[in-house]
Amino acid sequence: MRYPQSNSVGLPPRPKLIEFKGVTKVHGQCQTATRALDQIDLSIRQGEFVALMGPSGSGKSTCLNIMGCLDTPTEGSYCFEGVKVEHLSLDQRAVLRREFIGFVFQGFNLLNRTSALENVELPLIYRNQPGRARHIRAMEALAAVGLEKWAHHTPGELSGGQQQRVAIARAIVGNPRVLLADEPTGNLDSIRSKEIMQMLLSFNRQQDVTIVMVTHEADMAAYAGRQIHFQDGRCSVQGFKE
Amino acid sequence: MRILETYLLAQRAILRNVLRSALTVLGIVIGVAAVITMVTLGSGATAKVTGDISKLGSNLLHVRPGQGMRGPGGARSSADPFTIDDATAIEHNIAGLTAVAPTATASCQAIHGSANWATSITGATNAYLTVQEWRLQEGRLFSDSELKAGKSVCLLGRTVQKELFGDAPAIGQNLRLGKISFTVVGALVEKGQSGFGEDQDDIVIVPLHTLQRRISGNTDVRTIIVAVADGVSAETAQNDIERLMRERRGIKPGQDDDFHVRNMKELIDTLTGTTTVLTALLGAVAGVSLLVGGIGIMNIMMVSVTERTREIGTRLAIGARGHEVLMQFLVEAVVLAACGGLIGIAMGLCASSVGARVIGVPFVFKPGIVTVAFFFSGAVGVVFGFFPAQKAAQLNPVEALRYE
Repeated sequence: MRYPQSNSVGLPPRPKLIEFKGVTKVHGQCQTATRALDQIDLSIRQGEFVALMGPSGSGKSTCLNIMGCLDTPTEGSYCFEGVKVEHLSLDQRAVLRREFIGFVFQGFNLLNRTSALENVELPLIYRNQPGRARHIRAMEALAAVGLEKWAHHTPGELSGGQQQRVAIARAIVGNPRVLLADEPTGNLDSIRSKEIMQMLLSFNRQQDVTIVMVTHEADMAAYAGRQIHFQDGRCSVQGFKE
Repeated sequence: MRILETYLLAQRAILRNVLRSALTVLGIVIGVAAVITMVTLGSGATAKVTGDISKLGSNLLHVRPGQGMRGPGGARSSADPFTIDDATAIEHNIAGLTAVAPTATASCQAIHGSANWATSITGATNAYLTVQEWRLQEGRLFSDSELKAGKSVCLLGRTVQKELFGDAPAIGQNLRLGKISFTVVGALVEKGQSGFGEDQDDIVIVPLHTLQRRISGNTDVRTIIVAVADGVSAETAQNDIERLMRERRGIKPGQDDDFHVRNMKELIDTLTGTTTVLTALLGAVAGVSLLVGGIGIMNIMMVSVTERTREIGTRLAIGARGHEVLMQFLVEAVVLAACGGLIGIAMGLCASSVGARVIGVPFVFKPGIVTVAFFFSGAVGVVFGFFPAQKAAQLNPVEALRYE
């Protein structure tokens, strides 16, 4: 399942996983309305590691939310694996997230007073996986982020870096097609940040998880195969590195 | 998400903050406990009233002149009183009776030495003790000659005996009732309070003739108490007596009775009806507190939804569907309410068993009201949990994730 990062050997291009066509997102109404995204066209292919960059308020987080089917575009169309997301109901989008998308947040968003293991099991609970299989799979995911020994600790007992690793384990536990990370290293020091980035990179390389990451730190974005810069709701770099 | 998972999730959420959960359900606990206590004590009171009246004899008919309890000022005084002959006629003409006891009463001062006690005097035959199922503690009943001749002999109730004689022996002693001297021939066993709260032992029984001739100065019989034999319908006996009395008193068909026959069962129905209404009222008031408890749950669930907005956002992002989030909070509210219900039931049963002992009524366990209280508290959880749960389910995931 290893694909070369740069397609220099002449393999056919991989299919598009995410495709924005003229996506516009307007927050608010009438006079207070702001265009968070303005006519965005972009595509992300399977297996890519993309960094969305830009100053705050440039629309990169809104873009990520739409990619993650948490939000829908005001105008334009968004295809996830060829499915037009804007035509889906709330529940259908929830199922899409459940089956194909993993999230990592800046603030970790772990359930407090709940053990790391239970946090990682959470997506599997919503997938109706039976207890035993769920348990085994969650332990595997924790092992993948090197936290199997911390499985029964609650987030309060873990450091920031460890908490983010639990969050990554939770995001990958369901074998998603795409992992969406919103400033995953925003709350971490540079050493922890590098660890996290190495981890994301290895999931991208070894397990072929497509990763889209929002960041405003250039050295974090450097891990990505491609960078898309946002400015005032528009994005600049759109081509593939092919 | 399966229901067991949802339940476990709710359980965890509740246990995460035990103190708050406990305070949340306090309203329900008090409400359920109050309902259970009120209804159980009410049922106990009903049972006690019924039991007390049954002790008076549920197979008894009271025949009295006048129209009885047909509203205020019923034409009672205009009716002719009964005489001993009426009682004799009943005894001779109607089948299925074990005893017929004509009685008359008077109030009088009983005096012995320096002791002085205001009491009521009942003029009766020995049949009176039979219908009242009353036994002698010591001494003897009236002899036939005493009854016929209207001798000045009497039987004493326990209270009168205590007041006049203290611990000294009373049999064979003399006492004065008004101006007439009586000899005590017997003492009655203690009966205690009646269902109406009056002291049944505050009584002196004298031969009916004696009361009529020497105290009242007439031949009136106030009440004829009739005991119906076991296996004979009290209604049939009542109808027979009514027919006989109409005949004897010359009442034409279509005319109203100028006497009445009261069945003890009717009295029981009337009195238990009253306690049932009171119980229902108290239960309803307690039910209001249950409602208030429900509002308490809603309040805390609303706070909880707000407090856990980020958690809800995370769950939605992870792939929880709206109805799964709704179920999570609804089940949490229902589990809270049902736990409150169970605690309330336990507390209510404890309180009512103690309360029953304190106010002296039997403890009547009613499984029906316990079941109703439990399911009602669950329903309170559903009703008051629904709004907050729906609020949680309808959160916009993007905003929920951004919520600080």
